Amino acid sequence: MEETNKMEEPNKQEEQTSTQKIGIYLWIWGLLFVLSFFSYMVDWYQFQGMLRWSLILFFMFLKAGLIMAFFMHLFWERYALVNVLLWPMTAIACFIFLMNAEFQYTLFSRFFYFVVGGA
Amino acid sequence: MSEQKIDGFELKPGFKGMASDTGSDQTMFKGVHWGKAMMWIFLLSDTFVFSCFLISYMKGRGSTIVDWPNTSEVFSLHVGGVPVPLLLIAIMTFVLITSSGTMALAVKYGYEKNRKMCGWLILATAVGGLTFVGMQVFEWSKLIHEGVRPWGNPFGAAQFGSFFFMITGFHGFHVSIGVIFLFIYTYKVFAGHYDSKKRGWFTKMKGDYVEIEILGLYWHFVDLVWVFIFAFFYLW
Repeated sequence: MEETNKMEEPNKQEEQTSTQKIGIYLWIWGLLFVLSFFSYMVDWYQFQGMLRWSLILFFMFLKAGLIMAFFMHLFWERYALVNVLLWPMTAIACFIFLMNAEFQYTLFSRFFYFVVGGA
Repeated sequence: MSEQKIDGFELKPGFKGMASDTGSDQTMFKGVHWGKAMMWIFLLSDTFVFSCFLISYMKGRGSTIVDWPNTSEVFSLHVGGVPVPLLLIAIMTFVLITSSGTMALAVKYGYEKNRKMCGWLILATAVGGLTFVGMQVFEWSKLIHEGVRPWGNPFGAAQFGSFFFMITGFHGFHVSIGVIFLFIYTYKVFAGHYDSKKRGWFTKMKGDYVEIEILGLYWHFVDLVWVFIFAFFYLW
């Protein structure tokens, strides 16, 4: 009987979970607002080229990092969980790299056959 | 969230802890509720789905020989006769971030067993999500009215429509499912299911405020995906 109870409730020790101070959440919330405002300003002032793309990526990764680290509590989780979640992202990075090469080839083929008219 | 003790097991910090957690008997994620671990695994798989969408969008946009529509004009709203670029999208972004913040606070108050605050904050999150979906419906109908279709549009490259409807549609679907669950959990919190440890449906698991954190993980993920869509689809 005791065994089944244990199976059912393996996390008895978790009941007194510590909570973070409210200030952390309010700070992150405020920062997310400010960063979103900045990324909107990138479009408002019509920055172009590398400046535009690097600013967009910078604000995007900062926002994503803040949400994952503090709102989703990854900052306080054990590394066993954090690493299981973050390492698969390298596969996505590889995929982006591959498809980047792929679209350049497709673009080249289209220009070659549709615009130039082939060899 | 991981300052608990486990009998007969030394919780080491950092990478050493990762090695000993992974190599230990039974559970690998020490002190993490199984529901929370499963939600994380689900979100990881969902990350791959959205990544595939965004990567195919990169490939489609990069390989078209026709100019891509200028998103800041396509998504502009006229306020008093003056076009304001991306106005609706900016408001949607702020609404979603607001609801993400209220959700984070709901999780905190849930763990503090503050039933009323937790319930009101989840309700606020649900209302925020509903507002977001409503604005997305407006955006879709406006674009459809202007002639944007999955197979073509009057602004530029034909692929624009199919990527727009697929990516924002799948995200909007996630938000809608989230809103439904937020309303259900609003009821469950106010009804005190997590204080009385009432069992949920389809499960023998007793009600616990950790479920609010699991719901919160899903909702923050929806916000996280929007951060990437906002950057790559609307701003790029």
